[in-house]
Amino acid sequence: MSIVTAERPQAQRPQRQKLSVVDCDIHPGFSTPEEIHPFLPERWREHVKTFGGHYRQAFADTLSHPRMAPEVSRADAWPPKGPPGSDLEFMRAQHLDANGVAYGMLMPLNRGPGNQRNLGYGAALATAVNDWQIAKWVTPEPRLRASIVVTQEDPEAAIAEIEKRAGDERFAQIMLPPRSLEPLGRKRYWPIYEAAVAAKRPLALHVGGINGYPASAGGYPSYYIEEQHTNVQGMQALVTSLVLEGVFERFPQLRVVLVEGGIAWMPALKWRLDKHYKRLKAEVPHLKRLPSEYIHDHIWLTTQPLDEPDKDSDLAETFELVGCDRIMFSTDYPHWDFDDPRFVLSKLTLSPEKQQAILAGNAKALYGLK
Amino acid sequence: MDRHVVAKVADVPPGDRKLVTVKGRPIAVFNLKGEFFAIGDKCPHEAGSLCAGRIVGLAESDVPGDYRLTRAGEFIKCPWHGWEFDIRTGQSWCDPTGTRVRAYDAKIEPGAELNKGPYVAETFKVTVEDDYVVINL
Amino acid sequence: MPNSIFGHPAIDCDVHIAVPNTAALMPYLDAYWYDAFRSRGIERTSFTLTGDPPNTPLAARPDWRPKSGKPGSDLELLRSQALDGFGSSIAIANCLFGGMALHSEDLAAVMCKAVNDWVADTWLDKEPRLRASILVPQQSPELAVEEIERRAHDKRFVQITLLAMGNELLGRRSLWPIYEAAVRHNLPIGIHAGGLYHHPTLNGWGSYFLEDYVANAFAFENQVVSLVCEGAFAKFPELKVVLIESGVTWLPAGMWRLNKTWRGVRPEIPWVKQVPSELVRQHIRLTLQPFDEPEGSGRLERFVEQMQSDQLILFSTDFPHWHFDGKDALPLSPSSPLAPKILYQNALDTYPRLTEAKATAAFAPKEISP
Repeated sequence: MSIVTAERPQAQRPQRQKLSVVDCDIHPGFSTPEEIHPFLPERWREHVKTFGGHYRQAFADTLSHPRMAPEVSRADAWPPKGPPGSDLEFMRAQHLDANGVAYGMLMPLNRGPGNQRNLGYGAALATAVNDWQIAKWVTPEPRLRASIVVTQEDPEAAIAEIEKRAGDERFAQIMLPPRSLEPLGRKRYWPIYEAAVAAKRPLALHVGGINGYPASAGGYPSYYIEEQHTNVQGMQALVTSLVLEGVFERFPQLRVVLVEGGIAWMPALKWRLDKHYKRLKAEVPHLKRLPSEYIHDHIWLTTQPLDEPDKDSDLAETFELVGCDRIMFSTDYPHWDFDDPRFVLSKLTLSPEKQQAILAGNAKALYGLK
Repeated sequence: MDRHVVAKVADVPPGDRKLVTVKGRPIAVFNLKGEFFAIGDKCPHEAGSLCAGRIVGLAESDVPGDYRLTRAGEFIKCPWHGWEFDIRTGQSWCDPTGTRVRAYDAKIEPGAELNKGPYVAETFKVTVEDDYVVINL
Repeated sequence: MPNSIFGHPAIDCDVHIAVPNTAALMPYLDAYWYDAFRSRGIERTSFTLTGDPPNTPLAARPDWRPKSGKPGSDLELLRSQALDGFGSSIAIANCLFGGMALHSEDLAAVMCKAVNDWVADTWLDKEPRLRASILVPQQSPELAVEEIERRAHDKRFVQITLLAMGNELLGRRSLWPIYEAAVRHNLPIGIHAGGLYHHPTLNGWGSYFLEDYVANAFAFENQVVSLVCEGAFAKFPELKVVLIESGVTWLPAGMWRLNKTWRGVRPEIPWVKQVPSELVRQHIRLTLQPFDEPEGSGRLERFVEQMQSDQLILFSTDFPHWHFDGKDALPLSPSSPLAPKILYQNALDTYPRLTEAKATAAFAPKEISP
């Protein structure tokens, strides 16, 4: 008898259809913790070696709720050396090439410059991470785009960083965490939005942020599964703040991308905001339009983690209620709740035009990609 | 029935797994203490490769705060979203059990149709002949 | 019955009654507290909650606002507008006196006891159609249980009130003595909108009352997640929880998300053995008003379809809060088979005490349809 050759598990799967997507959420990693050091000035290299990061939480090196997978990542995304997301060659083979990624938006979560209590260190780290994105990722890989990481609690430093990068088209957007010291609609952050508009870049608000408050107004979640769920509440509270504070009234050019928060919560939030705004509009006379109108005109959302109602028609209805022109595909590669674009496409029971808009067209339009 | 030799027994030691391809279909072969099992490699959720996942036991509890690990080494956890599949049966441990909702509106399908479906990994009959692992399609 | 909705009897599962001033509680204090309230000026202190300013349009619909005194302080208005106004044979009153939010557990407990005594004397004794909720100091589960034990014999108290935003998420085990007492006395837990304001939203302190009010919905979702994931329903299979004044339409998307996450993260909380939405169907109910939807959009039927249950919604007006005009309390067509379920049947199934004591003729057991 003949022996069928058994194949070793491969990172790359054979393709059957020609995909071309814009992935609006890729997380690049450090191969080693020291990889960022050459990008830091000497003074801050010494600081980080001696004191490390300093956050509004118990832990110095990790998040408060341990994840379910090492490095929060897919078990099959570990390159031969280094953690998931740290190896460009591996990322190309497993993801960019295999999944038809025409453009990928980098969302560096590394070391959380915006979370640092030491503002000087945070600003230096932000600059370093921005330089690192260009050097390690964007320069060798033209499909990738960087995000301008800024320290939102220090608007002066944030604006300086934005202005430094504004002329470099390889930076597609400005990255802030939703969970900041005050809700991001508050006036103290407005100078940053002014700079964003001047730089003609959208804001990218990726779930996360360590602001020292419990992840719910009712107290601290015990389990990771609960805390993970609060990514939704982070987006709901963020949108509520941006709208009700009048950020979009003051900055009609500002566009905002909500990254990795899911989508299905948005229709009910629009209904809730509109309904109670109508009753209480005397409190917010600076608003001239309905909250849902501001939301549709100014806010984009990425698809991952794809909401999974029991019926695909519920998902299609949800997308229509949000607006298929405001939704952009993302994978969250290399994280564990990664969405395969083929799976997402199979779940989009929409017209081919709307599918294409979601998979690539809306992102190309928003980011000015060819 | 089609018999396909996919590996030597020695290629899949106890506790290990191997990805094989039979007629173009990727299949994950497992050795549980000398018994061989085979399930379809593509996770029914988003088609992640089950063979690339972790082999785990089953976390169980009857009382919040008590934790038990049983059936060590008998589950494969999808490397992506972590769905757990019983290697012996292909059954997913997130298959909703218990009450089915009744149909109360003509527009609604009975609950059984909504909750059934993509929670079982396909299983294949595996036999050992001499030193070879054989999958029967 | 005149004014009945679609010809059906009704049970209004959320009306508000208000303590006119702290001095009204004086007769219900023992010697020590009487003296303390007097000598410390507590009897002259207003405990109006930040989450409940009395003069906003939301606080009282114009035709439901008393000529003088706080919204909800006028029995005649409640009789004519809420009970008679909607053909309600029974109304479940919530009296959310601000003293419940004090940090001192003992003082909060004294306030709650006095309020419950005052409610029994001032409202329940005078209006046989009224039922009430046991106000408890949720800061102290021990003292909360004492108040429950003190009150449980009075069958006119049909549920136990907790606020949506307390010190700790309500699924936490430290709260379980409350649920043990609730189940023992066959009393549902009513989680009401509002909070102790011990935590801001997860994004920090916003600016506006409107913003805070909208944020109740986020907290309710966190509470559902907490109750499910902590295993409160595994530990207390008989426990029923009613979400009061929550907005409602946020729930289906929350369940899709929690179900999805649970399928991958199940081993963290292995006592949750059913898909979370199934636990919600078994254990959680929601009062109707406010119902967050664009007017006339039919989302109540969609909610029932998406949640795959017609047992979840309990009719309420949220009197005297202003959420709808005229008699438009139930956004359904008159012939909808959902109407009798929502108007009274689901309430009868949720609150065992409604059929125990002083049932009105409309709900005499022989007339309740199977």
